[in-house]
Amino acid sequence: MHSKAISRLLTAFALAYLAFLYIPVLLLPLFSFNDNIYITFPLKGFTLKWYEAMVAAQPLIDSLVASVQVGFAVSVVSTVIGMLAAMGLTRYQFPGKGLITSTIMLPLVIPYIILGISLLSLARQVLDIDLSLWTIVAAHVLVCVPLSMLVLIARMEGFDKSLEEASLDLGEGAWRTFWRVTFPLAVPGIVSSFLLCFSTSFDEFVLAFFLSGNQPTLPIYMYSLLRFPAKVAGALALASCILMGSIILIVFAEWYRRRGIQSQQEGLI
Amino acid sequence: MAATGAIDSGGRPGASGWDSLRRFWRRRPGLRALVLLSPALIILLVMMVAPLLLTVALSFATQNGFQIDRTPTLANYAMLFSPEGNLYRILIVKSLWVSFTATVAVVVLAYPMAYYLAFRVHRRKLLWIILITVPFWTSYLLRVFAWKVILGFNGAINSGLIWTGVIDKPLEFLLYNPTAVTITLAHAWAAYAILPIYVSLEKIDRSLLEAATDLGDGPLRRFLRITLPLSLPGTIAATLLVFIPTVGDYLTPSLVGGTSGIMVGNSIATLYGKANNGPMGAALSIAMMLAITLVVCAFLVLIGPKRLRRQAG
Repeated sequence: MHSKAISRLLTAFALAYLAFLYIPVLLLPLFSFNDNIYITFPLKGFTLKWYEAMVAAQPLIDSLVASVQVGFAVSVVSTVIGMLAAMGLTRYQFPGKGLITSTIMLPLVIPYIILGISLLSLARQVLDIDLSLWTIVAAHVLVCVPLSMLVLIARMEGFDKSLEEASLDLGEGAWRTFWRVTFPLAVPGIVSSFLLCFSTSFDEFVLAFFLSGNQPTLPIYMYSLLRFPAKVAGALALASCILMGSIILIVFAEWYRRRGIQSQQEGLI
Repeated sequence: MAATGAIDSGGRPGASGWDSLRRFWRRRPGLRALVLLSPALIILLVMMVAPLLLTVALSFATQNGFQIDRTPTLANYAMLFSPEGNLYRILIVKSLWVSFTATVAVVVLAYPMAYYLAFRVHRRKLLWIILITVPFWTSYLLRVFAWKVILGFNGAINSGLIWTGVIDKPLEFLLYNPTAVTITLAHAWAAYAILPIYVSLEKIDRSLLEAATDLGDGPLRRFLRITLPLSLPGTIAATLLVFIPTVGDYLTPSLVGGTSGIMVGNSIATLYGKANNGPMGAALSIAMMLAITLVVCAFLVLIGPKRLRRQAG
């Protein structure tokens, strides 16, 4: 076999794979400008009426506000908890560290539906609290803390521990050392943790589906539209906007985080 | 470190008490680590361990109208194994099968992509990685929605083919069946497989590959004897990362699966919701978890010894 031929084949495959990843998703914005209630080819003509209808829909605005509130609360709480835990895991040696780390990551591998029904039982049968946006926040924090930790542990392991020791040796207290050394160095990790938690919470459906009260989040509202064929076209404009928003957010977060990792590797910090 | 500050801002004990507290604190790094980790551990305990135990307990209870009878009984499990439980058993097996095919599709497609990324991309690696991870972070709901748009009766494929004159009636087998679920899952979970495989390929010591070439191995033999065995840990991780969560997936089957594409997750949701039979739903969830564990263990046993032998040899 010629390695050049294999190489070309691989490149072709990689490009085809990217197309497979992106084309389905990009069809949503394409049809959102199409002047037809049915999502079919050929395209009929350019229209902005779906976007106009979207802006005018009050339930949609309400659910968007709810999702932003939930996402914001989730990312603040998860990032603070994740930061504390990442410091505990990277700055100290103690027995059972590996076990604790893998236990904290568990929520990421348990099927969400199991977490959803179990949290529902906890809220309704044991704590007897009404479902609201707060129950969704609680559920999202559970799955976002491990995410935040993954990002922050990588960041905290990356920079030189002796910087903190130097600060302590030079007479700064632990509290001031945290704010003047640790925190500034961890900022890229904190920012990307915040963004990842926000977008995870903003997009999450299953947990919110089980734990929402009478106030739906955006994915729940969206799902209710998708189940009625007549409303699917209207959902396209909304889908396109969410898509654009999260792509911008994520590209920024990834670029920011990986730039941080790269500059560390080059010794620039 | 931050926790010292927390004590600082709290009630400050007398000067000597404060100093001895500080000394105590300084001498015990393990304690400091525990304090820092405690919020995460408490959340885990209260919101994961406790609820899961609750679900286990619920699976031994029975539903009486709107009341839950908490007398422990195996009735729900007996039901799963009785003739009336046939529906649930079929559903579990079907879910495992759909996830399995989706996982195979994902891993087989992801491997060459990860290989390309690890060995062929040299300059724009960051760009490629971002390109691959972006769809993974966009809404899962939207990715499933996209496939509904593509595969629908009047969807992109059907209307496109009719428009171009390839067919004159819409193909009915595209949407609302297990195949649609498999395709959608294979698309939605792609990044989960690419990244672990990529990491394990990236870790491979390039001098091993050079050594194999120097000792006369062709590209194919070199791949089979060095690259593939060394990338198995990542590939196995990818397989599990896709297989485990997809078995209980709710969204994909409910949007593109139709009646024939229903999976066990939908049934659990119905039991907790409309059917108002939480205990049965809990039992079905436990059964699903056990089935997943069984399949995963079988898979690891099947692949484990072989892998060890290969890596030793």
